[in-house]
Amino acid sequence: MNKKKFGLRVAAVCFLFIAIWLLQRLLMPKYVSAIVEGSLIEEYYREETSHDVIFVGDCEVYENISPIALWDNYGITSFIRGGAQQLIWQSYYLLEETFKYEKPEVAVFNILAMQYDEPQSEAYNRLNLDGMRMSKEKIKSINASMMEDEHLAEYLFPLLRYHSRWNELSWEDFKYIFNKDKISHNGYYMRVDIQPVKTIPKPKKLPSYEFGEKAWEYLNRMVELCKENDVQLVLIKAPSIYPHWYDEWDAQIKEYSEEHDLLYINLLQKADEVGIDYNTDTYNGGLHLNISGAEKVAVYLGNILKETYGLKDHRDEPELSSVWQEKSRFYNEMREKQLRELEEYGYLKSLGVEKRED
Amino acid sequence: MEELLEILEELHPDIDFEECDTLIDENILDSFDIIALISEINLEFGISIPPDEIVPENFNSAQALYQLIERLSDED
Amino acid sequence: MLFASYNFIVFISVLFIIYYIIPKKYQWVLLLLASYLFYFFAGPSYLIYIAATTISTYIAGRMIGNIAQSQARYLSEHKKELTRGEKRVYRDRQKSKMWRWLLACLLFNFGILAVVKYSNFVIANINHISKAVGGTGGFSFWNIALPMGISFYTFQTMGYIIDVYRGKYSPEKNIFKLALFVSFFPQLVQGPISRFDDLSQTLFKEHPFEYRNISFGLQRIVWGYFKKVVIADRIMVAVNTLIKDPETYQGAFALVGMLFYAFQLYADFTGGIDITIGIAEVLGIKVKENFDRPYFSKSIAEYWRRWHITMGTWFRDYLFYPLSTSKGMMKIYKFTRQHFNPYLGKRIPVYISTIIVWFTTGLWHGSSWNFIVWGLMNCFVIVISQELEPLYSWFHSKVRIGNTIGFRVFQVIRTVLLLSAIRMFDCYRDVPTTFRMFGSMFTVFNYRELFNGSMLNLGLSMADYGVLLLGLVILLTVSLVQRKGSVRAQLASRPHLIRYAIYYALLIAILIFGAYGVGYDSSQFIYNQF
Repeated sequence: MNKKKFGLRVAAVCFLFIAIWLLQRLLMPKYVSAIVEGSLIEEYYREETSHDVIFVGDCEVYENISPIALWDNYGITSFIRGGAQQLIWQSYYLLEETFKYEKPEVAVFNILAMQYDEPQSEAYNRLNLDGMRMSKEKIKSINASMMEDEHLAEYLFPLLRYHSRWNELSWEDFKYIFNKDKISHNGYYMRVDIQPVKTIPKPKKLPSYEFGEKAWEYLNRMVELCKENDVQLVLIKAPSIYPHWYDEWDAQIKEYSEEHDLLYINLLQKADEVGIDYNTDTYNGGLHLNISGAEKVAVYLGNILKETYGLKDHRDEPELSSVWQEKSRFYNEMREKQLRELEEYGYLKSLGVEKRED
Repeated sequence: MEELLEILEELHPDIDFEECDTLIDENILDSFDIIALISEINLEFGISIPPDEIVPENFNSAQALYQLIERLSDED
Repeated sequence: MLFASYNFIVFISVLFIIYYIIPKKYQWVLLLLASYLFYFFAGPSYLIYIAATTISTYIAGRMIGNIAQSQARYLSEHKKELTRGEKRVYRDRQKSKMWRWLLACLLFNFGILAVVKYSNFVIANINHISKAVGGTGGFSFWNIALPMGISFYTFQTMGYIIDVYRGKYSPEKNIFKLALFVSFFPQLVQGPISRFDDLSQTLFKEHPFEYRNISFGLQRIVWGYFKKVVIADRIMVAVNTLIKDPETYQGAFALVGMLFYAFQLYADFTGGIDITIGIAEVLGIKVKENFDRPYFSKSIAEYWRRWHITMGTWFRDYLFYPLSTSKGMMKIYKFTRQHFNPYLGKRIPVYISTIIVWFTTGLWHGSSWNFIVWGLMNCFVIVISQELEPLYSWFHSKVRIGNTIGFRVFQVIRTVLLLSAIRMFDCYRDVPTTFRMFGSMFTVFNYRELFNGSMLNLGLSMADYGVLLLGLVILLTVSLVQRKGSVRAQLASRPHLIRYAIYYALLIAILIFGAYGVGYDSSQFIYNQF
């Protein structure tokens, strides 16, 4: 084989890989206008400055707390690495991965995920895992999360998973093939609409109120991980009215937090103290808070964190200030846009509003 | 050889078996003929043609067939 | 481990690499290990079955070989002293010793096959009869797993022992080499059924790295996956919908199901064999072709010479010929010839053997009545067209259309329709349902429903039908190109740009349009279960 022939072969192979890679980019869901939750995890990698607080957990973190309000009120920098129905091992591995990039003062975990001891659905796995950069932690998280009919190969090469989207490709898939618009505010998913709490579904009786073994294992590991990295772990229960937070569960967490000397804040119990008005502060009948609710939670929580852990006010640091000013501008702009849309259509058309169960 | 030609001519009176060497290739002999042939040869010569000898080369001409019979009877 | 699984692709990729970096004399050993590993993944307990077949056949083969050897030695040493008669007596005695070893081996191995594959079928039938005559029919079924590919490797191995008995070749002395012949993993699942003298020529050889083998082999593998994953697994969705609910899908839909199934089975089975032969090719091993563009056959008899060829020739060499030239058949031949006429004398033994062969072929495909009826239907069509042959000749001597393209196309279409109709027994898995559904094609006139959107309720979207149509066109094109010889060789003489465009298009088509992953059940090759 002469040099030229060899060169051609190499070029041919490269071309094939590039073509496949492009197809993969094209076929992966973009999560820009619908199911935007799919974009949350990956937006963390755009951050250029470090954070005092990292939140992990399910929708009860990324819909209920506004990092911008934390900055505006206390000069606390934070990021929410939350995801739809994020399972506890996914939260754990996200923290492990985050600590490779930075060492925050405080890590906050929303405790609702303790209810799941097993992988729940492929779709939610995808929303939480696809956005992660390739890393040891990602692989470990995938292995812990896969349903029976899932394959590691389909996570490593998402084309194998999303190839059948070929007949539902839209303009968006081409437009965002390389760059996607930012959709969250440091992991916070903003909603300005209001849907008051009317009825509260009756909590189902459970066969057992004990949290599962695997859930405990990962909570223990999370405590260990934070200790090793000198990060204060805080457990919270967000003020979402349902899924129901059982007293039996609360008791177990309370006991656990005392045992391990952790701060546990049940915001649902303290909803009055936080100032939540379930007629105006939720956008889907108590499942999630809207921006007004999320800001109130941020104000309440920020105060506790500042008092307990002596978090520094960064508002006088010019570099950080300018970064966060930009974030505030984007935040206010989106709020304005949503309000206008709400006025015009009566609902948030651009978010492809549809009800989901988390 | 004479007896063999007689058997063959009885099967297909219209073929010149002394000349033709494409009995199988041209589908002159079908599977019925071959099985009948094997039975006739067995009756006439007392030779049983084993299944693995049933290949086109052995049945394409009267000559080839005769050689097969000779070979098989020689073994005895 | 299915062919269409990530695990299998990783498995063969790793195997290919190791195969060409280890010392060449160990290549066949690696294949043996890989084959047993492959079989282990299918089910660890299956290893017992395949080992039993290997060991029993090895022993019988060696014993037969020893007898043959001592016979040859004895005869040459006593060449002069023995009379013809004495030689014959000696030979017959030796032959019967060999025969006993062969018989023991056949009984043992076909016995295993019968027990694991057919005992529940027999029990079901006994129960049925016992109920019919007023009994309880209370025999319970055996809970016994059918080892993967047992029909295939049993047939292949029994072919070997029969050949050894016939003196076609001497037995393999190395049991591990025999073990590899029995278990060679690419063909373990669904054939082809190889012959020892054929496969052993390349199986145990040392194979240097040859670019052409690798490239052609990989191309063949990719082509196989295209047929399997893009076409067969996609159309399977519709076929399953249709056959699972025969009451709803009658008439036109039964016809659609029949044609779709023919399409699916072709793509699935030939695709699987392409993968098998392709893998072997990458390893430098030549496996016999199993198909010769079967859907271009002009008659069912011809079709059976071009579809699943290695199975057809197995039945021919090891069942049909021995049966039709057996002593019993010769008696029948003599009897009918003398008491009736030569025409019948010629036919009766062949037809009896043909019926037995097709009954067995049906049974081999599956242990249920629908397969037996399927086999006998094939037999029926073949016998009828054989008997109508004079009529055809008369017709063609009057009407000279036999050589026109139009008539040949007619013959091909007729054959495909006929074989697809017969195959409905295999598709619906139930004899009465098959007859009912076949009848419905002529009695239920719902052909207009095919165009009112009902076709989109079978689990396939418009886009899926588009892919299938394109796939059909590609299959047809390739088949037509094949008439001029190897497609890959023809491609290789094309400019690089065209060649690579075709390779890449095929590969990417599998990745994108393949019916795999979430939303599609990874399906076993249809022939797996046989």
